[in-house]
Amino acid sequence: MKRSASIVGVLTAAVLLAAPAPAAAKTEIHFWHAMGGQLGEATNELVRQFNQSQAEHEVKALNKGTYPEVLTAAIAAYRQKNPPHIVQVFDVGTQTMLLSGAVYPIFQLTREQEIAIDWNDFIKPVTGYYSKDGNLYSMPFNSSSPILYVNRDAFKKAGLPDRPPATWREVGEASKKILAAGAAKCGFTTSWPSWTMLENTFPWHDQPFATNANGYTGLDTTLLINGEFGVKHIGQLAAWQKEGVFSYGGRMGQPDPKFINGDCAMLVQSSAVIGGFKKSLKFEWGTGQLPHWGPPYRKQNTVVGGATLWVMKGQKASDYPGVARFMKFLAEPHQQMWWHVTTGYLPITHSAIKNLETGHHFKKNPEQWTALSQLTAKPTPNSLGHRLGNFVQIREAIEGELENIFAGTKTAKQGLDDAVAKGNEILKEFAASNKP
Amino acid sequence: MAADGAVAASARVEALGGAATMRRRWSLGWGAFVVHALLLLSVAVIAFPLYYAFVISTQTLQEVITRPPILRPSTNLLPNYVEAWTRSHMTRLLWNSGVVAVVSAVGKVTISMLSAFAIVYFNFRGKSLAFWLIFVTLMLPVEVRIMATYEVIGNLGWLDSYAGLTVPLMASATATFLFRQFYRTVPNELVEAAQLDGVGPLRFLWAFLLPLSWANIAALFVVLFIYGWNQYLWPLMITNTEAMRVVVIGLEDLIPRTGTHIPEWNVLMAAAMMALLPPVAVIVVMQRWFVKGLIETEK
Amino acid sequence: MKRAVFKNRRLPYLLVLPQLAVTLAFFFWPAFESLRLSFFRTSPFGDKRLFIGLDNFRKLVVDPEYYRSILNSFVFASGVTALALGTGLFVAALATQKVRGLAMYRAAVLWPYGIAPPVAGIIFLFIFHPSYGVLPYWLSFVTAYEFNWLLKGWVAMALVVVATAWTHVGYNIAFFLAGLLAIPASVLEAASVDGAGPVRRFRSIVFPLLSPITFYLLVVNMIFAFFGAFGVIHAVTQGGPSRATEIMVFKAYKDGFIGLNLGSSAAQSVVLMVVVIVLTALQFRFVEKRVTY
Repeated sequence: MKRSASIVGVLTAAVLLAAPAPAAAKTEIHFWHAMGGQLGEATNELVRQFNQSQAEHEVKALNKGTYPEVLTAAIAAYRQKNPPHIVQVFDVGTQTMLLSGAVYPIFQLTREQEIAIDWNDFIKPVTGYYSKDGNLYSMPFNSSSPILYVNRDAFKKAGLPDRPPATWREVGEASKKILAAGAAKCGFTTSWPSWTMLENTFPWHDQPFATNANGYTGLDTTLLINGEFGVKHIGQLAAWQKEGVFSYGGRMGQPDPKFINGDCAMLVQSSAVIGGFKKSLKFEWGTGQLPHWGPPYRKQNTVVGGATLWVMKGQKASDYPGVARFMKFLAEPHQQMWWHVTTGYLPITHSAIKNLETGHHFKKNPEQWTALSQLTAKPTPNSLGHRLGNFVQIREAIEGELENIFAGTKTAKQGLDDAVAKGNEILKEFAASNKP
Repeated sequence: MAADGAVAASARVEALGGAATMRRRWSLGWGAFVVHALLLLSVAVIAFPLYYAFVISTQTLQEVITRPPILRPSTNLLPNYVEAWTRSHMTRLLWNSGVVAVVSAVGKVTISMLSAFAIVYFNFRGKSLAFWLIFVTLMLPVEVRIMATYEVIGNLGWLDSYAGLTVPLMASATATFLFRQFYRTVPNELVEAAQLDGVGPLRFLWAFLLPLSWANIAALFVVLFIYGWNQYLWPLMITNTEAMRVVVIGLEDLIPRTGTHIPEWNVLMAAAMMALLPPVAVIVVMQRWFVKGLIETEK
Repeated sequence: MKRAVFKNRRLPYLLVLPQLAVTLAFFFWPAFESLRLSFFRTSPFGDKRLFIGLDNFRKLVVDPEYYRSILNSFVFASGVTALALGTGLFVAALATQKVRGLAMYRAAVLWPYGIAPPVAGIIFLFIFHPSYGVLPYWLSFVTAYEFNWLLKGWVAMALVVVATAWTHVGYNIAFFLAGLLAIPASVLEAASVDGAGPVRRFRSIVFPLLSPITFYLLVVNMIFAFFGAFGVIHAVTQGGPSRATEIMVFKAYKDGFIGLNLGSSAAQSVVLMVVVIVLTALQFRFVEKRVTY
């Protein structure tokens, strides 16, 4: 952390000293994002490199708060006819953006600006999530997938083999041994509960999350998470919560500390925290794929989370060539690799992955390969992604009910039924407000 | 609410020689020792969160997450504060917060003083309408009407400007209400005497009312300064450049919400210290006038 | 009492103009906009808009979560008010006793008022942190009960109440201090001669004399907790777990700002504004008539 900050500092200083006085006629490109802290610094560094690489355009990056705050701010600005050129929107905002009529689809932008980006070079689970009718609408930026983190010291202490559990059954058994040996206070916890335990666990088992191919083929979508599979999985978590095998730790990244300070021996969390863990974990740790229930369920692929960059309509036509060039810059293998190595987000082009392989990056950093290994299968309609309107509210409804279930005030079936009822209500509202 | 009673009480305070001086209160059955002990306990309870935040801001990240928690200041103060200061461009943030707090406080005091003066010392057509239009806004939550307010500011071309940051904060009637309450306690004789001497309304306001209301103005300034300094959502919405950001936003910037890196609580607390020092200093420095002015104005 | 007034045709209008302009632009215009929006179903970007009459309100009336948020608001506001007022009165009463170093004590209890709710939220977030927090750590020695505010609604509610009350207690102390200092010493001395003990003196003489201020603070604290105490909840619990700390203002904010359901959020804003207006009007009726002491 300290070092990268000082490197950034030196680079800045070098740029300031070396760069000639800026040419007067640079077009300014505004880029709003939600990357705080170290991620913000990495984002700024990418922007700096782009600005340095050419003389016509200047990208101005600004952190506009949390993901929802960024989206709302962009909407307000669009309605004022002064939107940012580029806005970072999280995965769950995709449907809202697609139907807004306010975006300049990335495939169209690059075509019209005659900027060649080879979209086939992007890995399928990523482009699938953000494409409509086979065309990519937004530029994948920070992508990640949930994986299992394991405290290897705790495993050793409990006399367990030094490999991550592959199935949920093994997770349960390992946890119980860890508890019995006093190697940790809880077996495992999970960050982003809806995202890891439902939004990813369903496609990972090739189970439908919602009707209409998870919302891809129509607006009159309803949720399917209260079926047999959902009740089985969440019911098991609830049972484990009672036994101390699982310990609910809140939403977003709030549960991470339970793993960091050794309270929980395992954690399901985004692959994007690898960078942070490398700096801060004081014990031996490893990663494994998101646990699976095994047969009769097929092992499919997980979906990507994170956010993409949307280009907004409503700015001067003369600004968009610069926007397109910035997008191309971000898609280049060098930037892809730098971003991946610096932040832990996934490299998402085949060429970047190949380059990293040639450099034995994944041999040296096997944990970086874990999430990618979950994305290699060819997606089915169940695992392409989720295209739900008002997804933010749906996730909110789901996580609220999960909390009821884990607190023991509702059974898994009741809680999921209520989540589905509430979610369907929200979906209906969205469908109604998007009829022309 | 009991404005008149309270103001009458404050007149008595004046007569007794000022609010902050010590006088003989009801004779004590409690021993001074008990009082001291309870006061110290109160101070300890009230001050603990701040003390602990300060302690965290002096520790290394490793010390921060150690169990049992370490409750003593450590040696990492300087690196944390330097890190917080440089990473969030603290100079600029503090400056902007200061501008927003001072301008919005001064602006609100000024326009409130004028409109309260008009309402108390003039009869004019539409007075009661004006009165109700203003006073119905006595309390208004900014967060729930933020989108619409944003559009007004956009139409005025005030996005990303100090005007946009400060003027909407002046849209509340509390200060007007307090000035009105105060003016009504000013004896009629004073106005009549002034009029006999041929003093015009503006001169009366400037030379007679203003000197009488310093304590109120001071108390109001404290309240409004803090209100302006502590804004978060509004500045976040309407600022589009780093150069216009305020310190509370800079602070939230340091809270990792995406859940993708380890919270640096020590740096965060160091930044929190910087963000809370100015308003707390304002209170401590102006404490005397604050308490005195409160009783005269009630807010 | 008839007030002496100045005579001038144009000046009063000029004097109220700035305030009126600001009020119209930043209160009435947005309020009107919210009112209008509350009759529509709107897509997030505002490009598609359908008039649906009172549908948004009708949905609120049948929404159990809305009732939950009303209940939460009352619990939250009562909790904050009781805690902040009780502590405020207690500390202020102590700080008017005849002991040395009062000025320092007063300074030492007033300042929390200067701390921004989001900042207070961050500090309490850490103190209550399930893994690092000092409070759960201490409590674990006292009781085996796990104070997990991430899962237990009432613990979360207690947390935001304490944090919010903390930011507001300095304000109350200031008022009570001022009120206590205004009570003539002679009254108390007379009571003391009659042989009344300190507690009885406080109950039968001091407290009644303080009642106007207490009433004022009651209203202000309630309103503050109802509408103003947004920052702490935003920074700490985000309304959770499972909506246990979702108060009305936060729900309106979340549905509109985060959920982008602008119509419903506008309807909730309208309800809130009606509440504000009614509260204000009541307060005025009360204030204008009441002259105690």
